[in-house]
Amino acid sequence: MLEISDLVKTYPNGLRALHGVNLAVDRPVVVAVIGSSGAGKSTLIRCINRLVPPTSGKVVLNGTDITALGRAGLRKARRRMGMIFQEYNLVERLTVMENVLSGRLGYVGFWRAYRRQFPPEDVAAAFELLDRVGLSGREDARADALSGGQRQRVGIARALMQRPELLLVDEPTASLDPKTARQIMRLIVELAHERGTPALVNIHDVALAQGFADRIVGLSDGRKVFEGTPAELTPDALTEIYGEEDWSSTIRRSDDDEEEAAPPARHDGAQAIAPETAAG
Amino acid sequence: MSEASTGHPTVWRPPKLIENPVLRYGLLAGALAYLVWSLGALEIDWARISVGLPRAQNMFERMIPPDFSRWELLVRGITESVLIAFAASFAGMILAVPLGLAAAVNLAPRPVYLFARLLVVLSRTFHEIIWAIFFVKIVGFGALAGVLTLVVASTSFISKMLAEDVENMNAGQAEAVRATGASFPKLLTYAIVPQILPRYLGVSIYRLDANIRHSTVVGIVGAGGIGQVLAASFSRYDYDFSLAILLVIIGLVFLGEIFSNWIRKRLR
Amino acid sequence: MTVDQHKSRYPEVWRRFGPRETLIRYAWYLGIVFVAAASLSTLDITWVYLLDAHVQAYDLLERMVPPDWSYFDVVVGAMIETVHIATLGTVATLLIAFPVAFLAARNTTFNSFTWAVGRFILVASRSINTVVWALIFVAIFGPGPVAGIWAIAARSIGFMGKLTAEAIEEIDEGTVEAIEATGASRLQVLWIGILPQVLPVIYGTTVYRWDINIRESTVLGFVGAGGIGILLYSSINQFIWQQVSVMLIAIFGVVVVSELVSATVRKKIT
Repeated sequence: MLEISDLVKTYPNGLRALHGVNLAVDRPVVVAVIGSSGAGKSTLIRCINRLVPPTSGKVVLNGTDITALGRAGLRKARRRMGMIFQEYNLVERLTVMENVLSGRLGYVGFWRAYRRQFPPEDVAAAFELLDRVGLSGREDARADALSGGQRQRVGIARALMQRPELLLVDEPTASLDPKTARQIMRLIVELAHERGTPALVNIHDVALAQGFADRIVGLSDGRKVFEGTPAELTPDALTEIYGEEDWSSTIRRSDDDEEEAAPPARHDGAQAIAPETAAG
Repeated sequence: MSEASTGHPTVWRPPKLIENPVLRYGLLAGALAYLVWSLGALEIDWARISVGLPRAQNMFERMIPPDFSRWELLVRGITESVLIAFAASFAGMILAVPLGLAAAVNLAPRPVYLFARLLVVLSRTFHEIIWAIFFVKIVGFGALAGVLTLVVASTSFISKMLAEDVENMNAGQAEAVRATGASFPKLLTYAIVPQILPRYLGVSIYRLDANIRHSTVVGIVGAGGIGQVLAASFSRYDYDFSLAILLVIIGLVFLGEIFSNWIRKRLR
Repeated sequence: MTVDQHKSRYPEVWRRFGPRETLIRYAWYLGIVFVAAASLSTLDITWVYLLDAHVQAYDLLERMVPPDWSYFDVVVGAMIETVHIATLGTVATLLIAFPVAFLAARNTTFNSFTWAVGRFILVASRSINTVVWALIFVAIFGPGPVAGIWAIAARSIGFMGKLTAEAIEEIDEGTVEAIEATGASRLQVLWIGILPQVLPVIYGTTVYRWDINIRESTVLGFVGAGGIGILLYSSINQFIWQQVSVMLIAIFGVVVVSELVSATVRKKIT
């Protein structure tokens, strides 16, 4: 589904962020990308949809070579990839609904977008998604009136409105408190599995990565130094990714895993995720 | 530093704005020297000045009470000034959008950006009276020159603010919209306009207010409005009429400020 | 869910503004356009003159080139005088604007009457354009730079006073409270509690206004109040356009420099 070959990125100031990364995601799994700051995680994710232009290498999504596309082709390709950001990146002054609907901007014409007249299926889908992420009834609220966790849910809804073939998630939980972080991670993973969408998730919290992801990729200094299942993430592997440290406390033990890993039953109207709790 | 029996100093001086004493006193001395130099360099007719204060008193006596008898002339002039201000503000608001967007370094390609910035700098360097003279030469005396002058002033002011706002906007929001595959016009509407719109409107309304003030003056060089009437009254020593005009101007500007503050509060 | 079930569960239309709000917004738009159009049509404008405006403009520009550099020495002297007028005028403002600002701030004024007086002084100062002030002072002091200096001061008092008064009103009352609680006198409270909070604004505003005043001073000579305006006015009236262009270039240079100075100083203050 997604194939990254030999991806290199050197910034104009000489910083080499990626040294030829190879990655293949051939099933609809959630892949967590871990690594210390500056290891290239953010650059890698942004090179996939070319928000950061790669210096060399290839990115192929379901047969389309993203790296070879022109401007118009790139826009079309971006529609197929939904992105979720660390700082939520909602348009603060617009309402929740406008933010969610903006996920369809690649699909509607300018005048419809300007007049906020989206197709009825899109509006219905937006309402449904808001319901799914636990924000039903909040569509008219201004985005900057929401808490961090709520904003991230809007961001998730926006990304999913694109009905994407790939989810790119950049540190979705870094700005959230621990409880909300787990809720958001759970939500993202559930939705990705429900829709059969592969997801690439940058995350710095190793425990969260192990607890929720299907596969883990470790980056260090712009190179991939680990790829495997969460269970294969040993202290030695972590040392390779992050450096020397007492990793025993960071790694989740396998019995803890079983309590957390079973996802709740598929949501059908009764909220599986507690809406509007104080921390949400 | 003297020390008390506890071993701590007994004198403490707060840190000065400029630490280096040489620099500090140097600046002070320089400022004084400048004052002396400039006052000396200016050709000041002290004899005339000393006559000035009694003349001022004379003038005040002649000003009071203000003479509103020629109110038709007054009203016509003021109306013209206000209309000039309105028309120019509207045109300025509209023209400032492309210019402001082009003058934002994070939005426009480099040559466009440089050209737009040059235009803004040029139009702001010269006082509007200079522009007024220029326009009078081109389109003749009257309100048209006044409108054009204030259009230049408004456009450059609003577009400068607009460009600053765009350069300071939150880049993440634009990034997110771009990631959905939106084209540039949609990016504008969804990510950029919502961020800059409130301040754009606020600045435009402020500019309307400023234009009312400036429109009273362009008449002095023949570009329409009350300025001409005012200058004439001064040259004819009709100080009581002058005071009447000045009072009306003050009142008008005051009202304009109240109106603009009210609207800007509602925009929050 | 089937498509139909899906459809019946969720609304398919969403509007940000209800019908009433949409109507109000459009009313505002139309109102503004109407006012602008009405203004233009009411004004006594001979639109015909616009038609050959570009020809006139081009003709004018042709006559301004090349600039008459031999005139430059005269221009330099006049520009120096212009800068003096702006600087001295700003200095004179400092002495007057701040007492007035304290009167015009609700939390430092003595009573409603003094507040109203303070506010009125600031409004009057701001409403009257520098050039009009220059007219007044030329009538008092005769033509020359003194009239210009006072004109600059008269206008700047309103500008600096207003911004300072706003800064005074926005100070942290807690600090003032704390100092009052120690039993300090009113003047001490002013000096230690209020002034340090307001000082950065004062510095910044002064430099900002100085920069604006340089531009203002360039035209005061049009009404006889000194500076390069006198030469500019005379050259324009005599149609010696090549001298005009030299002066415009000199003005441009000085204004650019003063803006740089002002921007750098203000950056250092904040």
